[in-house]
Amino acid sequence: MKKLINNPDDFVRESLEGMALAHRDLIRVRFEPHFVYRADAPVRGKVALVSGGGSGHEPMHAGFVGPGMLDAACPGEVFTSPTPDQMLEAAKMVNGGAGVLNIVKNYSGDVMNFEMAAELAIAENIPVLNLLIDDDVAVKDSLYTQGRRGVGTTVLAEKICGAAADRGYNLSQLADLCRKVNLNGRSMGVALTSCTVPAKGSPTFQLGEEEMELGIGIHGEPGRERMALKSADEITELLTVSILEDRNYRRTVREWDLDRGEWSEIQLTDPPLEKGDRAIAFVNSMGGTPLSELYVIYRKLAAICEAKGIAIVRNLIGPYITSLDMQGCSITLLKVDEEMVDLWDAPVKTAGLNW
Amino acid sequence: MEEKVSQTQIVDWFEKIAETIEENKDYLTELDAAIGDADHGINMDRGFKKAIAQLLQNRNSDIGTLLKTIAMTLISSVGGASGPLYGTLFLRASSAVAGKQDLTAQDLANLLQAGKDGVIQRGKANLGDKTMLDALSPAVETYTTAIDQNRSLVDALREAVLATEEGMKNTIPLVAKKGRASYLGERSAGHQDPGATSTYLILRCLLEVLEKERSKNV
Repeated sequence: MKKLINNPDDFVRESLEGMALAHRDLIRVRFEPHFVYRADAPVRGKVALVSGGGSGHEPMHAGFVGPGMLDAACPGEVFTSPTPDQMLEAAKMVNGGAGVLNIVKNYSGDVMNFEMAAELAIAENIPVLNLLIDDDVAVKDSLYTQGRRGVGTTVLAEKICGAAADRGYNLSQLADLCRKVNLNGRSMGVALTSCTVPAKGSPTFQLGEEEMELGIGIHGEPGRERMALKSADEITELLTVSILEDRNYRRTVREWDLDRGEWSEIQLTDPPLEKGDRAIAFVNSMGGTPLSELYVIYRKLAAICEAKGIAIVRNLIGPYITSLDMQGCSITLLKVDEEMVDLWDAPVKTAGLNW
Repeated sequence: MEEKVSQTQIVDWFEKIAETIEENKDYLTELDAAIGDADHGINMDRGFKKAIAQLLQNRNSDIGTLLKTIAMTLISSVGGASGPLYGTLFLRASSAVAGKQDLTAQDLANLLQAGKDGVIQRGKANLGDKTMLDALSPAVETYTTAIDQNRSLVDALREAVLATEEGMKNTIPLVAKKGRASYLGERSAGHQDPGATSTYLILRCLLEVLEKERSKNV
């Protein structure tokens, strides 16, 4: 393993310390338990938006803390979800009196820890809702898995909901918006190499020079299928077709019912992308792939969308939800309406996203 | 005289767990790398190191308090799925034996049963989903049946640990339905579940502590 680290045990802490030094105007960092929060938190009367997950996906999530996006982020160890005490302390710090919306990626560890955290915060009279992101079309059979993973749509949901929170959406309006973004977002990724987790010190999986892993998540967990390496255009086609051909995915999710004060299960179904739809296109590097290659991917993605009658109205291209040093990319298409585009365009000032 | 598990043995049990998890850190991580995200050993080692440090500061507390200390430390230091699952297991177990200075064979049965119920509720897993439950469930059943048949505590636990080992090995051909391994579908078959493996190690540690004591007494 060749990495710019001192000691694997100190990696997350030292990275956060550096981040706090680099962005003094935007964020503050707390330790034991770790969380990153807006320098001006709490913002009175505004719903606080909190996200979190394992470290190793930078700039997500700490890089998205700031005006127009997240109020706090809870980083776990590398690829390991944060713990409930982190989310509880973050919620207490950023709650401006209007409650907290947690954006949670659908991984068992994240879901369980955020559920425990929500229970703890609610016990302290902080209204908290957890909204799941589960947009990865690589996961085919919902009966035999715990559902789809949460990947690229997370970034778009954090931006759009962050803008809405700034505009005064209340907690349940914000939850409805976040649910809408999730249901309209679809992603799929590919790995050309494995990542190396610092504490482990060797690649998580072995991939030959002429091989690629299709349908990977963001943790180096193996994907849907291993196959011979293809050209950029062929890879783009494989990913995009999987996204466009994905039909009405149904799932049951657990959400906290604020009125009844208990967890309730609700059924949700995705509307598929159709000819005539407008979309935000997001081409993401898994960390080890340069921007030049992402543009090669975007070139083909734009052509496919045009041929299918889907108008790309906004785009985001770069490393935003990464997997350490993994080479590879993911594509996300988010079907948007006027409200979502308008919120997407709203100003944002964070370390990772800024306009 | 009826066999009991003493408060000191519970402390010894967790010292043994912390040592064993450290020894098996790389093994657990390798198992996880095959079907998950290669952090199970690392996370468990971090959690039990912290838990044992907390426990040793409170080493004279009753067994319920000891287990609760372990649970809270695991919940706040492990992360991933293992943190809430093992945290809930020991938290429920602590409630089942609150205030006790030693455990009868029946107390241990109640402890195991409560822990198992907690894991099921938190993880929403079923038997055969290729999770820690596939090792934990046979342990609870075998142990309870054995003490119902008037086997001694240690003999019942020995049978339970054998059943747990078998349950752990039986996860090898299974297709995962929970956790990150579930995203692999059919490709998860052929690998032993890391969570079932750590569950086996934890129960084996209790047996080792009790057997050591017994051999001293003979």
